[in-house]
Amino acid sequence: MTLWFVFALMTVAAIFAVLWPLGRSSGAQDQGSEVAVYKDQLAEVERDLAAGLIPAPEAEAARVEISRRLLAAAASEPAMAPRSNLKWRRAAAVLALAGLPLVAVAVYMPLGSPKLQDFPLAQRERGSGMAQSLENLVVQVEQHLEKNPTDGRGWNVLAPVLERLGRFDDAVRAYRNSLTYNGESAERRSDLGEAISAAAGGVVTAEAKAEFERAHALSADDPKANYFLGLAAEQDGRKDDAANIWRALLAKAPADAPWRALVQSSLARVGGGTMPALSDETIAASKDMAEGDRNAMVRGMVDRLATRLKQNGDDVEGWLRLVRAYLVMGERDKAMGASADARQAVASDAERLRQLNDGLRTLGLGG
Amino acid sequence: MIAESGHYALVLALGLALIQSIVPLIGARLRDAALMNVARSTALAQLLFVGVSFAALVMLHVNSDFSVANVYENSHSTKPLLYKITGVWGNHEGSMLLWVSILALFGGLVASFGNNLPLSLRAHVLAVQAWIASAFYLFILVTSNPFLRIANPPIEGRDLNPVLQDIGLAVHPPMLYLGYVGFSISFSFAIAALMEGRIDAAWARWVRPWTLVAWIFLTLGIAMGSYWAYYELGWGGWWFWDPVENASLMPWLAGTALLHSALVMEKRNALKVWTILLSILTFSLSLLGTFLVRSGVITSVHAFATDPTRGVFILLILCLFIGGSLALFAGRATSLKQGGLFAPISREGALVLNNLLLTVACAVVLFGTLYPLAMEMLADFKMSVGAPFYNLTFAPLFALLLLAVPFGPMLAWKRGDLLGVMQRLLAAGVAGLVAVAIAWGWATGGSTLAPLAIGLGVFVIAGAVTDIVERTGLVRMPFATVLHRARGLPRSAWGTAFAHAGLGVALIGIVCETTWNSEYIATMKPNDVAHVAGYELKLDGLFQRQGPNYREMIAEFKISRDGEALTVMTPSKRSFTTRGSSTTEAALLTRGASQLYVSLGDATAEGAIAVRIYYKPMVLLIWWGPVLMAFGGVLSLSDRRLRVGAPKPARAKQRLQPAE
Repeated sequence: MTLWFVFALMTVAAIFAVLWPLGRSSGAQDQGSEVAVYKDQLAEVERDLAAGLIPAPEAEAARVEISRRLLAAAASEPAMAPRSNLKWRRAAAVLALAGLPLVAVAVYMPLGSPKLQDFPLAQRERGSGMAQSLENLVVQVEQHLEKNPTDGRGWNVLAPVLERLGRFDDAVRAYRNSLTYNGESAERRSDLGEAISAAAGGVVTAEAKAEFERAHALSADDPKANYFLGLAAEQDGRKDDAANIWRALLAKAPADAPWRALVQSSLARVGGGTMPALSDETIAASKDMAEGDRNAMVRGMVDRLATRLKQNGDDVEGWLRLVRAYLVMGERDKAMGASADARQAVASDAERLRQLNDGLRTLGLGG
Repeated sequence: MIAESGHYALVLALGLALIQSIVPLIGARLRDAALMNVARSTALAQLLFVGVSFAALVMLHVNSDFSVANVYENSHSTKPLLYKITGVWGNHEGSMLLWVSILALFGGLVASFGNNLPLSLRAHVLAVQAWIASAFYLFILVTSNPFLRIANPPIEGRDLNPVLQDIGLAVHPPMLYLGYVGFSISFSFAIAALMEGRIDAAWARWVRPWTLVAWIFLTLGIAMGSYWAYYELGWGGWWFWDPVENASLMPWLAGTALLHSALVMEKRNALKVWTILLSILTFSLSLLGTFLVRSGVITSVHAFATDPTRGVFILLILCLFIGGSLALFAGRATSLKQGGLFAPISREGALVLNNLLLTVACAVVLFGTLYPLAMEMLADFKMSVGAPFYNLTFAPLFALLLLAVPFGPMLAWKRGDLLGVMQRLLAAGVAGLVAVAIAWGWATGGSTLAPLAIGLGVFVIAGAVTDIVERTGLVRMPFATVLHRARGLPRSAWGTAFAHAGLGVALIGIVCETTWNSEYIATMKPNDVAHVAGYELKLDGLFQRQGPNYREMIAEFKISRDGEALTVMTPSKRSFTTRGSSTTEAALLTRGASQLYVSLGDATAEGAIAVRIYYKPMVLLIWWGPVLMAFGGVLSLSDRRLRVGAPKPARAKQRLQPAE
């Protein structure tokens, strides 16, 4: 309510600013004129002459010239006498009284959000007891880590949360820090790899693959590393390898491992699957759901990658990843479009263009 | 409530600007004083409301109210207070709000101090100002609204670009905008004169102070920006001929020409049409600069965000104002009366030469700025026009201009005596030649042109001194008379001398810095020693420190010269977590006008760090020159004959008044 009162006050003040001069009688107006300027110039010539800055003949010449202008200006002065026009003044008053509020409301209403309160930081921190949102907590942890960057446990806690919030680049950094301060472990390596591939739009990049390989080297049975190495093989088009890796993974897996279904469905996708011992309906349901969710996520990532490349087209690796992603999603048209864009973006650099063409050829889009 | 009040105040300012752009014009047509005076009260009210709006945005930034999108995107709760405030204009939306605030400020100044203007001229001027203001209010509200809200405010902001977290941001943009926008006043005066069909010496007298104010701020703004780039970007460069810098240089060149041609017009009633055209061109170049920087055509530190609708909108404003004003000029210019004749060798002639050189220089810069853009857009061909192009084109033009500078103020109005002036400048010429000889003998290496350029700089300074000596009659008259004459000398004469000397000072600085700077780039480990230009820099060690919103790696250098310890320099590298980027903070050691410059590169794994050390002789002269120029401008502005306010010619009174 107070807000509308303030608005009303401001509007009244604005209208008053227009009405005020209209209401005053037009008596003696304080205004300058050319005559005053020339008189001033004459005085200045006198002053300079008195100070000895200009010699007498020059002063005389200047005086003549200025006087001539002065006479001309004085002659045109009476024509400028003011008149008053009541009809137009009333029109202006109406314009202010009706037009100003109308314009103000018409412009403000679609743009403003009068219902929203202010949210200064101080106020929010005071009332924090009720709504400690996830983001709020993340910020607190981040601030803590900003001051104590060597707190490995903090990075460990923060990283998965960041990943869940979709801040993949930050998650990658957090996992790296966690590795630095907590030491090597297969689990942390493969978590890092997962974050890198998430940041790359769901594609297992060379960088991510390196992490998974390291994890695999540390512990050959690490399920996440194995799963993603399989995925990398699949994305590279080596479906048999992928199927082998996943089959081996399933063989060693405990019966109640939560990721069994995922690996099984992946295996089915590459066509190397012995069907799992589950009813067909359940599989269909879980697969649909997981697939739908994942598709939405992957699509989002691919779109992000595409916009990033639109801004910075130098990244050959990125372009190839994008094209491959489109191919994986079965959108051949988009893949063709992206490869055309890519060629254009790196056209100025022969080396990059060659790399790009090689890459595209391996994806079956060469030529 | 603060956010919405600020938003609404901006909308009201738009409403007032719309009224101000119509009603006073009707008043001027009908010669109704009350209707014309509406311009004045609405201009003041507009200033009030824009001021409220700007203050509201500052409050929001200070309070870290992240429910406002602009604050969320450009602020952070741990940022120091100063940067919370300066961050207001460290982004696109806020900087546009600053732009209109300054526009309203100038409108308000004309309204409150324009008592010496004829009523109809004032009405016209303020109406034209309101046109510009309306266009930009609309631009802000529609495409770059700083008051848009977020319904579920995030807890922390995204922080300001670390490069901008510097005291420079507090000074450079406001100064520059005061300059850019200040030229809108001379533009409005020009349009008003064209609409009224009346222009005379009095007009020039009224325009000159406003142009001078804008010019002073633009000079300081550009110099400040250059110094900021010098110490912040870590490469020790102070001018890159980057399109954004050119965008500020072009209005400066045109504005400088305008200052001089307005002088001819005021004194001699000549060059009227040209002065009007220059007023239009100067502000058009300011608008072009705004377009180049704000539309995202160019990517640089200055382009905060790019959005095609903004570009199109500004382009529209640009076309409307530049096209409209030039069309009006083409239609009405012929009806303006021509005035005063003069011989080619005269003060007027010298000022025409000045104008010619400045406008050609400006055209060169314009070409160099737009040509690569046009090529990129039309032919899809990336190219950059840099220092070599300007060295070949801009530099000779300016050398010619500087050679002519000392002659100008010494020539008489109407018809001058070139031979006489040459005789009087003989001493200055000799000083210049001596400087060339000294520089030649002393310098080792570098371009052969450098000593000549230094001689030119000395000639310009000596010429300015000679002018004052001549005018006061120093040397040939008794000291008391000299003192009396010096006091009686118009301050604009002192201003001219300072401004012209400033040019020479800056030239010397530029030449010394570019020719004889020395650099040392290496990877240093603790206890390594670097030798640069006689200085000895020993890296003592590297330290980490936690700042308010960044982590900092500091390198400590012990500086000594000839075995004598001087001081400790601590360049640093700051990394800002929120934006994930880092800045280099160079350390500067000033000795006289020369500086030792140390900045850090990347650290290697073995605890060593890349270090760039420069020794820049006389580098500070580059910025002292513009400061001197601006000081000259202030002196000239304080000249009683140009003072803004009702002129009262009673002589006795004026003697008693303290000079403002």
